[in-house]
Amino acid sequence: MEVRPILSTLRRHKTTSWLLILEIALTCAIVCNAVFMIGHRLQHMHMTSGIDEHSLVQIQLAEIAPTPDIYARAREDLAVLRQVPGVQAVALTNQLPMEGRSANSNLKLDPAQHERTLTATSYFGEDLPQTMGARLVAGRYLAPEEFMNADVVVKGLANGDTKGLPAVTVITQALADRLWPGQNPLGKTIYVTDQLGVRVVGVLADLARGTPYDDATAHYSFILPIFMGAGKDWSYVIRTRPQEREIVLKAAVAALKKADPKRVVTKQQTYDELREKFFADDRAMAGILAGVIAALLTVTALGIVGLASFWVAQRRRTIGVRRALGATRGDILRYFQTENFLLVSLGIVLGMMLAYGINVFLMAHYELPRLPGLYLPAGALALWAIGQLAVLGPALRASHVPPVVATRSA
Amino acid sequence: MFGYYFELALRMLRRNKALTALMVLAIALGIGTSMTTLTVLHVLTRDPLPGRSGTLYYPQIDPRDNSGAMPGKEPPEQLTLIDGFNLLHAKRADRQALMTGGTVPVQPDFAAIDPFYVEARYTTADFFPMFAASFRYGRGWDAADDEAKARDVVISSDLNARLFGGANSVGRTLRMADSLFRVVGVLGNWAPNPHFYDLDTGYYGHAEQVFIPLQSALDLHLQHEGSSDCWGNGTGGVGRIYPSPSCVWLQFWVRLDTPAKAADYQEFLIHYSAQQQALGRFVKAPNVRLRNVMQWLAYQQVVPDDVRLQTGLAFGFLLVCLVNTVGLMLAKFLRRGTEFSVRRALGASRRALFAQLLIESGVVGLAGGVGGLLLALTGLWIVRHRPSDYASLAHLDPAMLMTTFLLALGASLLAGLLPAWRACQVAPALQLKSH
Repeated sequence: MEVRPILSTLRRHKTTSWLLILEIALTCAIVCNAVFMIGHRLQHMHMTSGIDEHSLVQIQLAEIAPTPDIYARAREDLAVLRQVPGVQAVALTNQLPMEGRSANSNLKLDPAQHERTLTATSYFGEDLPQTMGARLVAGRYLAPEEFMNADVVVKGLANGDTKGLPAVTVITQALADRLWPGQNPLGKTIYVTDQLGVRVVGVLADLARGTPYDDATAHYSFILPIFMGAGKDWSYVIRTRPQEREIVLKAAVAALKKADPKRVVTKQQTYDELREKFFADDRAMAGILAGVIAALLTVTALGIVGLASFWVAQRRRTIGVRRALGATRGDILRYFQTENFLLVSLGIVLGMMLAYGINVFLMAHYELPRLPGLYLPAGALALWAIGQLAVLGPALRASHVPPVVATRSA
Repeated sequence: MFGYYFELALRMLRRNKALTALMVLAIALGIGTSMTTLTVLHVLTRDPLPGRSGTLYYPQIDPRDNSGAMPGKEPPEQLTLIDGFNLLHAKRADRQALMTGGTVPVQPDFAAIDPFYVEARYTTADFFPMFAASFRYGRGWDAADDEAKARDVVISSDLNARLFGGANSVGRTLRMADSLFRVVGVLGNWAPNPHFYDLDTGYYGHAEQVFIPLQSALDLHLQHEGSSDCWGNGTGGVGRIYPSPSCVWLQFWVRLDTPAKAADYQEFLIHYSAQQQALGRFVKAPNVRLRNVMQWLAYQQVVPDDVRLQTGLAFGFLLVCLVNTVGLMLAKFLRRGTEFSVRRALGASRRALFAQLLIESGVVGLAGGVGGLLLALTGLWIVRHRPSDYASLAHLDPAMLMTTFLLALGASLLAGLLPAWRACQVAPALQLKSH
């Protein structure tokens, strides 16, 4: 295809051509970054929790009047829940992965350190990994006799009595890899406070944090042998068969209310519901981004159709003359297709630079990673395809202009 | 003349309905999305207490030990109980209030309503006058009630409606957490957004239902809600055990009417820190901050990143829509070169032609603007029905309505100027000669 005549025609429509190029460049830049952000959100939303999500339900209760003995209350609740048909295991926990709230501790490897090594989520509760289905990859789970009541720990820390403090912990693989890269974490000690050093006795494959907003630190968790007792901030997590979740949840709530009627149920949900709430904003944002991409591409495609239609109508006589001079229908079709290809290509080149610029800005202001190079050719292909599709209609119409038009006056 | 041009414009636009529709739709979509996101951004960055926020300050001091605190670092975002009461009793500001969040079970007298939990604020007396809380009935308590650990409670109008049918409930008793309180005030329509005085319990759309004197709440061991940060051997509180002395978990606000008083107060904070250091309570050299409301909100970055991103995205989209419309309009005008040259040859001035074309593009812009406004209203309706904490705030106020109008007008003129100007450049003779 001869390109020179196309260029010389375009030179006569400089402003319009540049406007189209600008539109394609802007679309290309925004779409590349938007697709990238969608990918980023989807990846975040598919974060693993490390637990048997579809088998778990959560119940949270709040007392109306102060409970005399919160530990006895919790023990009785756990016993009541174990009696509910369909319940396979039950535990009292201070939080669940992705619950949207979390207890975090600043960990040190040496109490003399001035700065913390990192911040990790601290889980408290008996039978926690067993109930939630967090897989053990090394060492052992925490034993029931290692657990102590929360008020004992608080008092121990307040008066410096280290005998009353927990001595062991189970940590996640991610935390172990970060604290002691390439070493065996079993037997090593982490310091939760200056006096509270705990020895690692087990490693879990995974257990996500309560608020895993940041992908890099999302799996930094550890479990301490502390029993919280009944309280409005803690919840019971129940393991059951996925198809029985709703029934078991109802029966469990009823059983708990019967055990102590002076309580209000503040949460009762399946783990799947809990997880969906945590990622609701990300899902909404991905949806908005997808909507904007669709709208942008539609507007741009319609713009191309509109402009190409104008040009075809404007050049009817020229087309007729070319046809009369021996140009085939294919020649005319290819002429408009090539013209579109040239314009879109120029737009893509500008768009790539713009996309890169936008990405640099986003990286500086919104903690987004660098745009992978792969997005640029993908974006280019998409725009070329849309450009060709959009121009096809007008170009076909152009190719059907009969040669006889040349002989008519405009 | 205007009427004639307007009629001409309508006739021209009708001649190519699909194209006109495309241009109007593109502008409407662009303006609709931009206005939706801009309105959300606008309500989220709003001053929670207009006219007052400049004199309200949030003092920060640094009681931490050396661990986890390097020189030049920001002090903690809350106060310990001891420092809170020290600063409160020092009474160095025009007004001051020490507070923290909580939740309490409300036990209605009648069996028809089951007990339920509500969010609470445990605070000292100056909270209400300092934050300009409006009362429907009664008023707040005073400093003497604070010290007397009075069982007083101020309730929201929502709770008043729920418990007392909206009647004047001042003097009635209310049972909460198995204790009896006396209602001394019912708030009017008062709920500052963002929830600046305690961001840890939520940024937006957040309002406490009951307000209880801080000392009374501590006395009764009512449950604390919010964040606590600890160092050393501190623990953040379990059940009814409050956070340790080496934990920050209270908010302290002061009103300082003049900049000079603010400067004096900053000096006082440094002096207080030095004094505590001399006493051995503080380890570090004085590290204080004194931010007013808007500075505090900016420092805490309360506006969600996603909202800013969406706004940027919407304006990018608007730009594409505008470029699209300019291109189409230009192509359309240029094609009518013959018509323009005939009009020019018949004596129409370039200015007259320009006016005619500008009106034609203005009609497109105006139609797009009206469409955009409708889309923005729809967009805000969708935002209000999403489960975000700021959902209920997404309303178009007069300022944003004006902005929409100006944006639509500006966008359409912008989209019309270039094509109109370019089309006016036709030389009458040349165009006529070729035909």
